[in-house]
Formats: sequence, structure tokens, C-alpha cells
Amino acid sequence: MPRPVQPWLVRATHWANLVLLTVMAGSGLRILVAYPYLGPQGAEYGWYPWQGASPPPALTVGGWLAGARHWHFAFAWLFVANAVVYVAYLFASGEWRRRLFFPRRDARNAWGTVLHDLRLRKETPPSAGLYNGMQRLTYTAVLALAPLVVLSGLAMYKPVQLPRLTALLGGYDAARAIHLGVLAALALFTVVHVIQVLVHPRTLADMSVGREGRPEEAS
Amino acid sequence: MTRSTPPAKAASASGAPWEGSSTRRGFLSNGLRGAGLLALGGLACDSNRPHAGFLGVMERVNERFQRALFDPTRLAPELGEDEETDLEDFPKYKISPAFPVAPAGWRLAVGGLVARPLTLSAGDLQRLPRTRTRVRHHCVEGWSAVASWDGVRLSEIARAAGVDPRARYVEFRSFDAGYSSSWDLESALHPQTILAYGMDGQPLPIEHGAPLRLYAAVKLGYKMVKYLTEVNFLPVRSGGYWEDRGYEWFAGV
Repeated sequence: MPRPVQPWLVRATHWANLVLLTVMAGSGLRILVAYPYLGPQGAEYGWYPWQGASPPPALTVGGWLAGARHWHFAFAWLFVANAVVYVAYLFASGEWRRRLFFPRRDARNAWGTVLHDLRLRKETPPSAGLYNGMQRLTYTAVLALAPLVVLSGLAMYKPVQLPRLTALLGGYDAARAIHLGVLAALALFTVVHVIQVLVHPRTLADMSVGREGRPEEAS
Repeated sequence: MTRSTPPAKAASASGAPWEGSSTRRGFLSNGLRGAGLLALGGLACDSNRPHAGFLGVMERVNERFQRALFDPTRLAPELGEDEETDLEDFPKYKISPAFPVAPAGWRLAVGGLVARPLTLSAGDLQRLPRTRTRVRHHCVEGWSAVASWDGVRLSEIARAAGVDPRARYVEFRSFDAGYSSSWDLESALHPQTILAYGMDGQPLPIEHGAPLRLYAAVKLGYKMVKYLTEVNFLPVRSGGYWEDRGYEWFAGV
């Protein structure tokens, strides 16, 4: 029996991640409302263009600061647990080989895909299996950002008890900026990701009902 | 054992046929209803009641996590004078409509589970061993700031009062419209937890809690009660102004 394009554990963790990331982002933005600046009091960062600009209430979860903090610190554990299950499966199953970006294998294909998508090159890059090089690069980058969002969050949560981590990230306020920066990167990814899914609706079926693989995807 | 007995036999043994079985049925249905409510309550996330339901369960998990990370001997880095926030930029909070002024004849009462309850005047506090700490201040809202604080370690007060080993918590009360908080004893006895009467080399300003406030490296700002009137060492935790309104109780950093 051919296995599905997206194995059930990948599908389950993907949709759980959608819910968990929504809760984390929404509650995080509600926490940001309480002090919508980056940088310490009296020394706000000059490079941040949105000092004092609160995120729109429609994007927030938790209602008020205490509610949002409780949501954030409760669901953080589930967010991390889900990610750990996914990564463990990725390596235990060997799926990492066809999902992660390897420069020697994928760089040329990634570049070709970018040129093709930007209408700068006519010919489609040759099929590279489950994902093209650009997908592999993007998904690997997102996976690499996950530890950064968790570590910068931990540094903010426990700056005194985790002094080395906090110092490594440049201090409490720098960790806070990194945390928001990673959120912005993940939001940008999500927007592009959803557009790509709308352009290729077949992938939505793969990720939800788990259609079986076609022969050319067997690699 | 009773549960494995068939109903008829149990009924005849009890001598009241309807009593035993109806009690058991009542117990079962109550039990099921209770379990259902527990499951619902356990799943609930009510932003207006963050201490309840799943959010409350996870607050207690996070308290355990924070207590496990807490090291009573680990000091927050002492910062240089050049890192101090300008005094006018250091936020000022109060609950009363206006900054509260200390009542005439102000004293700090130290009580609860102590061998020697104390009543300390500002002069008494100044005569106790003086310490200065200049660490980063972390507010629940997300901002940080730095000031230097002069005062006496709470551990010094605890020693002077002779705290009973049964005391596990410390309650702080104020004359700011009933503002209060309570702490775990370990955080209260941390070397950088002080009762401060000075800020940035000056007497503590009224806006920052004069004549005496709690200051610490290991807690969020709302745990540091200003305008202190009482310190009580207790066997059980009490709440606090923000804690009772839904904010996290442990709130370590």
C-alpha cells in the first residue's frame, strides 16, 4: 500500500501547530499591547519603526494582560511538545531526507524555482520529489526559527534564573525584540504559505485527508 | 469490595433493599457528573478567570517549573551606574487616586510565625546593616528599567525576628488602598530581596513607595509592594492585589 504524501503524524502535528501558533501569536500580541515599545524604559530602540503602535485587538487572544499571559505560558508547553513530536517523527521515520534543505541537492532547484515563480525563467525546474528546493529551504528555515522563538521566550520569562541564555541573546530587551522578530518572520511565512496553497489546492488535500502518493513523489 | 457485590445481595445484606442501591446509583451518577464537570472545567480557558480551569492548572505547573529553576544563591548581575534609567523615566504606579503619604508615626510591623514580633521605625531600619542593589527591573507589562536601591535585606529582618521553620510564605501589606502581595519564603530570603528606603542614592521618593518598599531581583514588579506597613511570615500563602484579580501568583523572573 503506497503511503500518503503526508503521513498522519505530519498532518496531525501540522494542524495542531496551526491552532497552537495562533494562540501563542495572539496572546503574545496581547502581552505586547501592555507595553508596545521595544527597548528599556527611557532608551527605546531607535531602529524599531512601530514604537507605541499596539497590535489590532482582532489579532489578540486573552482579553487582557493577565489572561493573555496565562494563555501564553499554558500553551507554550503544548506548542513545544507538538514541535518535539514532529521533529522526533521527522528523524525516526527518515522523512527528514525528503523534507529538509541540503544545499548540494537543493540549492540549484531552489534558485530555479524562485526565477520561475518570479516569471524570470520560463522552464520549470525538474521535479525534486515531494518538495522543490525552495520549499525545502523555506520549511527548514521555519524549523530553525522555532528554537529561537522558544529560547528568546525563555530568556524573557526567566532572565535572572537563565542568565547565560539571556546574555547570549543580548539581554532581556534584545530577547524581547528577537521574540517579536521571529513572530514577524513566521507571520510572513504563513502569508506566503497560504498563497502557495491557494495556488496549488492539491497540497491542501494532501495535508488534510492524506491522499496517497503518486509514483513520481515516491522518492 | 462492595462494588463487586451484586446489587440484590448487597441490598439484602443492608436490610433496606432500596437504600443501598439508590445510594450507590446516586453515588455513581454524582460521580459521573463530577467527572464530567471536572473534564469540562479542566478544558476550559476563561480569560477572565485565569486561575481556574486549564489555565489555572498550567499556572501551577509553571510555578513548579519556576521553583525548580530558582536557585537561592544565584544573584542577578549587579549593573553599573551608567546603566541607570533616568529617574523621571522610571514608571510610577499606585492604586490610590493620589500618591499615598505615610501616616504620622509610621512604623513597619513584622509578625506572623516569628519568635520576636518587631515594630521598626525608619530610624530603626537605617541602623540595620545597609545594602545596595542595582539590577534590572522586569515589569509584567514587558518593560525593563534600572535603578539602585538602598535598604536592608529581608533575610536580615527575618533573622532579627526569629522566623519559625513552619513559615513558608511572606505577606506584604501597605497603606496604598490595601495593596498587598505574598511570596514564597525562598524568594523573600534571596540576598537581593530588600526593604528599600533609598533610590538612586537619594531618600526613596513618594512616587516610588516612601518611606519603605520591597525591592527584589527575582520577582516581577507587581510583587514588590510599596508603602509598606506589615511583613508577616505565614504557614500558608495569602493572595495579593493583582494576584486576586487574576495575575500569576509566583511571578518569578
